[in-house]
Amino acid sequence: MAKIQVSTKINNENVEYLCEPHDTMLDVLRNQLELTGSKESCGSGDCGSCSIILDGELVCSCLMLAAEAEGSNLETIEGMSEGGKLHALQQKFLEKAALQCGICTPGFLMASKALLDHNPSPTETEVRFWLAGNLCRCTGYDKIVKAVLEVAEDMKETA
Amino acid sequence: MSDTQYLAASTIEEAVNAHSKADGSARFLAGGTDLLVQIKSGIRKPNLVIDVKKIVELNSIEEISENEFVIGASVSGVNLNRNKKFSKLWPGVLEAFRLIGSEQIQGRASLGGNICNGSPAGDSVPALIAAGCMALIAGPNGKREIPIEEFHIGPGKTVLNNGEMLVSLKFPKREIHSSDTYLRMTPRTEMDIAVVGCGVNITFENNVCTAARVSLGAVAPTPLLIKEASKIMIGSDLNSEILDKVSKICMDSCDPIDDKRGTIDYRTKVAGVLFKRATLTTINRIKGN
Repeated sequence: MAKIQVSTKINNENVEYLCEPHDTMLDVLRNQLELTGSKESCGSGDCGSCSIILDGELVCSCLMLAAEAEGSNLETIEGMSEGGKLHALQQKFLEKAALQCGICTPGFLMASKALLDHNPSPTETEVRFWLAGNLCRCTGYDKIVKAVLEVAEDMKETA
Repeated sequence: MSDTQYLAASTIEEAVNAHSKADGSARFLAGGTDLLVQIKSGIRKPNLVIDVKKIVELNSIEEISENEFVIGASVSGVNLNRNKKFSKLWPGVLEAFRLIGSEQIQGRASLGGNICNGSPAGDSVPALIAAGCMALIAGPNGKREIPIEEFHIGPGKTVLNNGEMLVSLKFPKREIHSSDTYLRMTPRTEMDIAVVGCGVNITFENNVCTAARVSLGAVAPTPLLIKEASKIMIGSDLNSEILDKVSKICMDSCDPIDDKRGTIDYRTKVAGVLFKRATLTTINRIKGN
């Protein structure tokens, strides 16, 4: 069967790939493009560990066909740090120990980034609602929520 | 899903033709948050998946005249939420749609998909029925419009024939002194499936109700329009006696299933309670409280 050719932009780089019609975006990211930061945990949109940002919106890459990415702009966890310097959220997650096993962390970071992109000064309630689509079985969420709130606070001070 | 083909249609005609030719084995893809899960789990095995998100009519939010909206079937929750005027005129429809899934799901899931998936518990449907929406459908034999309460014929079953697609939802022109509310009961507070859902849409001016539509979800094989409720509410001041009476009618209209999320008795009782709460909330919204 003929493969589908897709031209898209991932982390500000033009990327072309061939995919099967049934490949999910997550399949292509991980298995073809070797961008294995996005994780597959549930594969059904419940856990958020495959979260990426598609044309500015937070989505589950497991619930998107790779063919749908034609002409889009994708951000994955691999594009979060710049020039070897961690993003403020990544740095704060480390400082606050907002992770344990780390499987959910890329998804949480992408979701947190999308939140702060849309709403730079969220309330705690807003953070908790926004991150409700990301499951973590280790941390109990408190440290993650606090890390995001602190980054928002830091951003205000430096703005 | 290994035999599935993918087509990104750019016009309604292209999508409808492809669907017709596939002879029942094609599915339209909007947000994919139901369809991809169904394909992965083997519930559906379409030979052709037709992506409709690039079709202008499906992807647009239009105010065709003052306070009169047409919402494309593939518009996502995130996008509808950004339209401040729509949110103000139809808070019940918006809150129903926004209850569906997480932020990740909201970024993709579409209003049309929630309708076409055909779940008796789909959250947006009772709110759309209460709103009095028309479903605009395109197919091989042209276009047709039906009231949204006639769209579902059973769990997972809709009136769409082979080749037909839901294009958009046409809202009635919003009158002043009107508002709507959607409430649902779920075992968990968020991201759960409704045990009962209730949409109420009212016009209430000088303490008289001049228009009312009530709809219930998850209490019958399809979402219900409670026609009897409108008859009693319209012309009244919506006092507690009236609300008790309509609450009873809501309960009598229920024909739910017994399952792990709610018994028949429980769902029936909650339907009456949600009707009252949704009505009081709507009155408060109209009064600006």
